[in-house]
This record gives sequence, C-alpha cells and structure tokens, in this order.
Amino acid sequence: MKALSLIGLEKVYANGVRALDGINLEVDEGDFFALLGPNGAGKTTAIGIITSLVNKTAGKVEIFGHDIDQELEIAKSMIGVVPQEINFNQFEKVFNIVVNQAGYYGIPRAEACRRAEKYLRQLELWEKRDQISRSLSGGMKRRLMIARALVHEPRLLILDEPTAGVDIEIRRSMWEFVKGINEAGTTIILTTHYLEEAENLCRNIAIIDEGRIIEHNRMDRLLRKLHKEIVLLNLAGPVEAAPELDGYLCRRVDEETLEVEITDQRGLSALFEQLNSRGIVVQSMRNKSNRLEELFMDLVENRAGRQQAAAEGKS
Amino acid sequence: MRHRENWIGFKTIVLKELSRILRIWMQTLLPPVITMTLYFIIFGNLIGRRIGLMDGFDYMQYIAPGLIMMSVITNSYGNVVSSFFGAKFGKYLEEMLVSPLPNWLIILGHMAGGMARGLMVGIAVTIIALFFTELQLHSLPVTLSVALLTSAVFSLAGMINAIFAKKFDDIAIVPTFILTPLTYLGGVFYSINMLPEFWQGVSRANPILYMVNAFRHGILGVSDIGLGTAYAIIMVFLVVLFTTALMLMRKGVGIRD
Ligand SMILES: Nc1ncnc2c1ncn2[C@@H]1O[C@H](COP(=O)(O)OP(=O)(O)OP(=O)(O)O)[C@@H](O)[C@H]1O
Ligand SMILES: [Mg+2]
Repeated sequence: MKALSLIGLEKVYANGVRALDGINLEVDEGDFFALLGPNGAGKTTAIGIITSLVNKTAGKVEIFGHDIDQELEIAKSMIGVVPQEINFNQFEKVFNIVVNQAGYYGIPRAEACRRAEKYLRQLELWEKRDQISRSLSGGMKRRLMIARALVHEPRLLILDEPTAGVDIEIRRSMWEFVKGINEAGTTIILTTHYLEEAENLCRNIAIIDEGRIIEHNRMDRLLRKLHKEIVLLNLAGPVEAAPELDGYLCRRVDEETLEVEITDQRGLSALFEQLNSRGIVVQSMRNKSNRLEELFMDLVENRAGRQQAAAEGKS
Repeated sequence: MRHRENWIGFKTIVLKELSRILRIWMQTLLPPVITMTLYFIIFGNLIGRRIGLMDGFDYMQYIAPGLIMMSVITNSYGNVVSSFFGAKFGKYLEEMLVSPLPNWLIILGHMAGGMARGLMVGIAVTIIALFFTELQLHSLPVTLSVALLTSAVFSLAGMINAIFAKKFDDIAIVPTFILTPLTYLGGVFYSINMLPEFWQGVSRANPILYMVNAFRHGILGVSDIGLGTAYAIIMVFLVVLFTTALMLMRKGVGIRD
C-alpha cells in the first residue's frame, strides 16, 4: 500500500513562480521518508498541496489510495502535519490547542482530553498545559505542534523541518520519539536541512530542486553511489608539505592536518601503510562532511548540467 | 456518514468562539453595553422627551427595538470578521483547513459564534432598555426569529469580509462605510413614513430597514413594512451570503494560495 502518491504534481503561484514542475513521488506505508532540497526547492509547497493548504495547478494526490479531489475528507483524516512555521493561536492555552484540534477531527471531548494528556506528556509539555502558548520557547512550540499533529493518531505524519532551531538534546529526544512512532506503524515524511538527521532516520529519500525530483532512492543505495569520501587527519607532529601518496589525493590544510580523498576501490589500510612508511603518525581522523551532505552537494551543484540535459531532451 | 464527527467539529468551533467572546469580554461585550446606555440616555431620555409620540409610542420605546437590533447587527458582524480574520492572519485557520471539517461546517461554526455574540449583546441591551422604559412583547416568535436570522445574515457578511481582508484595515472599512450608515438610515431612529416619498423609496433598498422593522413589529407590534416581505428579504440574504461564503471557501479565495 502506498501511503502517498504524487502524480505529475505542478504548482504555479499567482505571482508566476513555478514552485513544482511535475513531481512524481511514492511513499510506502510504514516508510520513514526524507524529502530534501535546498531553500525554495518546493518542499513546503508540496506539503501544502498534500495537506490542502495550497491549491495545486495540475496533477494528482492520493493518500492511502484516496484521491484528494474525490475523497478529501477521508484523505485529510489520515494525515497529521507539523508545519515549518508556527501556526497555532499564540493566545490560546497549550492544552486547548491540542484538544480543539482533536475536536476538528471529530474526536469526542473526553477522549480528546485523554489523548492530549498522553501526547503532551510524551513531548514533555504536560507541565506547560495551562500556559498561554506564546510563552513557550521555540523548541517547545515545535513539540506542541508535534503533539497537535498526533492527537488524531494519523497514519501519515508529515514533518516540515521539525528540528529547525531545536537544541541538540531535544533534537535527539525528538528523533527517538519519531522513530518510536514510525516503529509503531506510522508512515513519516520528513524534510530537514540537517542531512545527518535524514541519514540516521530515513530509509528512503527524494531530493527535490527547483520543483523537480532529482533523486528518489533507498538511502543505502544512494549512499553507495558516493564513490569517494574526504577525510581529515589530525597528525601527531607537524608536516612541511603534503606527502605524495600513491592512489590518494592529499592536501595539507595546516601543519598538523591533512585532507585526503579516499575512493571506494582503495580503502583505508593502504593509506595508513603509506603514511607510516613516511613516518607520519595519525592521531585521529574524521569525515570532512557527512556522506549524504556530499552527495547532496554533488547533485544540487550539478544543476547546470541537468538543465542542459533537459533542454537537449526537449529540442 | 461522518455526522457524528461533523457534530463534534461544529461544537468545537462554537465552544472555541464562545470562550473567545468571554475571554476578551472587555472588547466584545462591554463596548456595546456602554454605547447603548449612552444612546438611551441622550436620544431616548434627553432628546426623546421633546420629540413626542412616534407611531403611538414615546420615542424611547420606539427606538429601543432599533437600538437592540443595531447592536445585534454590529456585534454579529464584528465577531466573525475579527475572529476569522485573526485566525487567518495568525495562521491558525490552518488548524481547521488541514482537518476533515467540511467548508460548510467551518462557515456554520463561525456563524453560530457570531449569532451567540449578537444574542448575548442583544439581551444585555434589552435589559438596559428596561431600565429606561417599558417594553411589551407583541410576539416572542417574531422577535426571536428576526433577531436570530438577522444575526446569522450579518455573521455571514462578516465572514465574507474576513475572507477578502488582507490587513487589519480591511476589516474596519465595511463596518465604517457601509454597515453603520445603512443602520442609521435603516429606521432605527425614525419611521420612514416621516420621509418624503422619494426617500421612502430609497430607504426600501436598504435591507436593514426590513430587519429593524420586523423586529420592532415583534416587540411593539408596529412596522413600516410587511412582515412577509421582511422575512423573504432576510431569507434571500441568508441564502445568497451562505452560498457566496461557501464558494469562496471552496475556491480558497484569500485563504489558500
Ligand atoms: N505563497 C507563495 N506565493 C508565491 N510564491 C511562493 C509562495 N510560497 C512559496 N513560494 C515560492 O515557491 C518556491 C518554493 O517554495 P517552498 O516554500 O515550497 O520551498 P521549500 O523547499 O520549502 O524551501 P525551504 O527549505 O526554504 O523551506 C519558492 O521560490 C518560493 O519563493
Ligand atoms: Mg519549506
């Protein structure tokens, strides 16, 4: 069963911006799916269309097989969304925000209160239940929106940058929390600019740029496409210049740091052997950047090439 | 199919609206009470005593139904326009838009909220009126139904105003330049029989005239126009405004990009 399918989705805003240019995307039930892309790529627009906050220009959206043009109310009842921007009444009490949302989904008051308590506790907001929501910190506001999105226990949860501006500790606990929800069977779609987050959490991934899907794959397969990694070596003592290494590109960053490009045919052991034989002792090593990040940059930077290919394809 | 869910959703909107009205009562309930007290003192008591009878009633009695109606109209309108525009402006309208609440229910919920405020204020103003004059009750069904239907009409009008509004100024324009003049010219303070023929005709184009007079009929038993015509006109407005609001919501005018 597909939790979500987008077919030929297009959006042109009133001001003429073409935010989505024919998106096709499928997300399986139970998946933890990352929707990545640079600022302005069209992620929030796509989510807006799926959650009926934005009118589509063309294309089709199905939620668990229910077309939003034909069975809008059923489709909507299956989705929970945590938007990128705060959208609750800042003068309302935390508890009421969650309970009212349940009411909009047709959940009886008593049950709504019970669930509001459950999710506010899980998101560590129960102590704040009687506060006016404006008085919450930024991270608490995000968690409040998660509790609100879950109160009708949706089968598909969409998170639009839920961890933006959230501190490391809370971010980690949010990861654990959404992982648990996913393991319990909820399909999750996540957008984020922290690629390490996507790499850790998600099984499948789509990368969107300028309104088009430029990559749609399993996370592990995608990472395997990355044939090289750049590592930084911290040395025990200073070096005068970058050593000449057989089969590795090496650059001296400063007197105690080297940057080495490792391709997947060569591996690491030969590198250390060569360094040892030159008397260079490595104290520690780390990746220059996250693997997914490198891939992402490759893909997005290749924009010009893609445009050319598209132009050639059309002519 | 989803009757039960819809009913719960409707109740949720209405309760939320009620708690908003009560929470900010200094903005929602107090001002009309003060204004209307002033009207009764100045127009009814001080000036009214010099006016003499109108349609067989002393002036205070004559204007009381009109003033009650005026507060019902402005408060129903004002409630929905500020609550709905506030939700749109503060983005929390999205809470309802992502939920399975059908559009007609969102409209009905806000309409009911506006009617609740209209009635609360209407009752408060009636009580104030009773301090100044005696009011009989010619017909309770007419009085109640006209008050309810009128507040429904102006709640819907406020909703449509909020749908189109882009900034806070936009929610003050219609009340100031259309609603208030029409109310003042809608026979709140005088009987149109006092006007020259031509202006009587012009006055008949004003829907508020029919509502005020039908309500006055309910309380005092006198009216410048027929009751049947009044109900017909109110019903037409109700249907047209509801359909317009529904169409706008469907299209997403002013609320969806
Ligand atoms: N309401 C709007 N009216 C006009 N253009 C819009 C509107 N909302 C978004 N856009 C434009 O559509 C494009 C896609 O925006 P969108 O918000 O979907 O990007 P995004 O991928 O979510 O970006 P970010 O990572 O910054 O959140 C951008 O060019 C943006 O300027
Ligand atoms: Mg976005």
